[in-house]
Amino acid sequence: MKKPIWIQGGTIIDPINNREEVADLYVNDGRIVENLSTEQKEKAFIIEAQDKIVSPGFIDINVSFCEPGGSHREGIRSGSKAAAAGGFTCVVAMPNTNPPCDTAGTIQFIKDAVERESIIKIMPSGCLTKAREGEFLASMGSLKKAGICAVTDSGRSLQNNALMERAAEYAKMFDLVVLDPCIDDNLTEGSSMNHGPTALKLGLRGSPRAAEDIMVSRNVILSTYSEARIHLQSISSAYSVEIIRRAKQRGVKITADTTPHHIFFTDDCIEGYDTRYKTNPPIREKSDIEALLEGLKDGTIDCIASNHRPYTRDEKDIEFDLAPAGIIGLETALPVVLDKLHFKNAFSLTEVVNLLSIMPSKVLNMKPPELSIGSEADLTVFDPNAQKSITEETLFSKSKNSPWLKSSLPGVVEATCVSGEVVFYKGKFPTVSI
Amino acid sequence: MNLNRWKRKDLFGIEVLERDELEFIFEIASDFRAKMDAKDKSLPSLEGQSVVNLFMEPSTRTRVAFEMAATRLQADVITISQGASSLVKGETLRDTAMNIQALGADIIVIRHSSAGSAKYLSKIVDIPVINAGDGAHEHPTQALLDCFTLKKHLGDLNGKKVTILGDILFSRVARSNIWALRKLGADVTIAGPATLVPKSFETMGVTVCHKLEEALYGADAVILLRIQHERQTSTHFPSLGEYTSMFGLNEKRASYLKKGALIMHPGPLNRGVEIDSSLADSGRSVILEQVTNGIAVRMAALYLCSIANKNSTF
Repeated sequence: MKKPIWIQGGTIIDPINNREEVADLYVNDGRIVENLSTEQKEKAFIIEAQDKIVSPGFIDINVSFCEPGGSHREGIRSGSKAAAAGGFTCVVAMPNTNPPCDTAGTIQFIKDAVERESIIKIMPSGCLTKAREGEFLASMGSLKKAGICAVTDSGRSLQNNALMERAAEYAKMFDLVVLDPCIDDNLTEGSSMNHGPTALKLGLRGSPRAAEDIMVSRNVILSTYSEARIHLQSISSAYSVEIIRRAKQRGVKITADTTPHHIFFTDDCIEGYDTRYKTNPPIREKSDIEALLEGLKDGTIDCIASNHRPYTRDEKDIEFDLAPAGIIGLETALPVVLDKLHFKNAFSLTEVVNLLSIMPSKVLNMKPPELSIGSEADLTVFDPNAQKSITEETLFSKSKNSPWLKSSLPGVVEATCVSGEVVFYKGKFPTVSI
Repeated sequence: MNLNRWKRKDLFGIEVLERDELEFIFEIASDFRAKMDAKDKSLPSLEGQSVVNLFMEPSTRTRVAFEMAATRLQADVITISQGASSLVKGETLRDTAMNIQALGADIIVIRHSSAGSAKYLSKIVDIPVINAGDGAHEHPTQALLDCFTLKKHLGDLNGKKVTILGDILFSRVARSNIWALRKLGADVTIAGPATLVPKSFETMGVTVCHKLEEALYGADAVILLRIQHERQTSTHFPSLGEYTSMFGLNEKRASYLKKGALIMHPGPLNRGVEIDSSLADSGRSVILEQVTNGIAVRMAALYLCSIANKNSTF
């Protein structure tokens, strides 16, 4: 029997029910309830939420937890702790494991590990093609039966247009959304940052926006003809935003996300060859950020996904062009979004909650999380005004490849509840001993 | 000698240098060059110091010039080349560098295929690091020797037109020369096929030109760059033959240059590709003089970085 929870005096933001008010919130036996009995209140886990926001739990549809096969970088335990500390109650794990998630057995392995190790909800995704190699379709039907929520070759785009068309058609039969990172391999060969004046000066090969724009267009076109659901991951280019906007106006079933780092950094950060800024697609320029912000505002870009990609210090501590691309993002997503969208660009807190919680669930065709009576209690309590200091010591992710290290941003997660249980509270994890 | 004019222990690139720092290196190099020619033994000395040349990419000219420069300054020189290093055994550059420092090296000269590697190395070790070419980023001592040579012949470079012709996109020599020449007041035009000479180089303060005659017209000097045909023939231009016919320097095209203009090339030459063989050996070519001057500027670089390091330590 789970301990009842009493969240006192917080500002409840519940977009699905158009609710924004200061009130107490009660949880019993995993669900949100109208009130607690005196006896229940006496033994309840009390969360003081004055001046804090109580919102549905955040959902991140693009994380790499590297288990199996990469436990030196992250694991289901450490990844789930990082997620909980960032206010996320549910994440979609990419299939870029070793072995990759292209068989039901690997999915089962992950589900078992999640059952044993995770303190949040982790939904596995499956490969779009066998071994993510882009040659043969993965057994999406069996993978769906094993429990995947989406298909993707994560980090790689299917280059063969004919195969992509069939993959999208086939996935549609199982109501699986295809997550595509939109990267043309030929145009990005040997590249390690954005193509532009900075890359030219630094002597690094650039990844042009065209590499993304072409794949975004390709996916829009295939989705138009097949009516398959294709979700475009980590959009970074201004022109891509415009392509998606026009497609949506025509009613194409396309959705898209962008990442905290793509709305925060510009490519001149790379002048010191700091590999923490190396990611794929690369961080771009000011005009791209402006387009992404407009896209987030008008719904062209549906949601924020962190593209959490852990790499160890040793893996990142090499020559820039040889270093792996990737940034961890679970624990900095809320602070970055608050800083950039809420404080600097006048997005309301409701819009912030929408981008981190409601919209990601819609991309996956899940029932959106809400805080109404009887709902499962997946929720986050955060202080949007308190400053979070980001250091290696304060991050719970096993890898520390964050470009925000040694900075301070607004937004401290006070508590995260998953299925009515407090899994993160004031920097600690009440349900796990290690 | 007023050593307050040089305070850097490392030389990563030209971009960060002030004009006065460039002029100071030229003064020191000029002094060294005169003493070299006079067989004067009173050169300042790096006796007892060890210079380690860490050459992770093939090189003849630059490697030997650094070895000669260090030898003339009476330093001990050790060259580690690609095949002979532990990097082929999978050791990281960080570990290799820390080991070289632990073995007592006083200066590291690095040539590496990754842009930014010299800067990266300098964050790992405390001793001076001199960049001998990092990917397509910079090759500062090449630009120094090119400008040193240009100044010997042309005097002040202010307002002089210098054209750089060839593969600019993949060239560290081009980038370092653009920074150096711009700082010294020269007007720089870059020329070659559009795929190797993109318009975006204009952000570095140069004129981009894809018509060869126009690019060469009235130039005081032309710096030819090697066509790295082993790298991009198939993707960046159709064939070497086409390149030569459109952009190779021959007698007729050289006639567009200002009378007495210099023809330069950092080597190695592809005779008959970017330049007519006879032109490379003609009186206008200063290609071999560049090589000799390369020793003097590298002596200056080693000497100045070493002194700056000592002054900051004590």
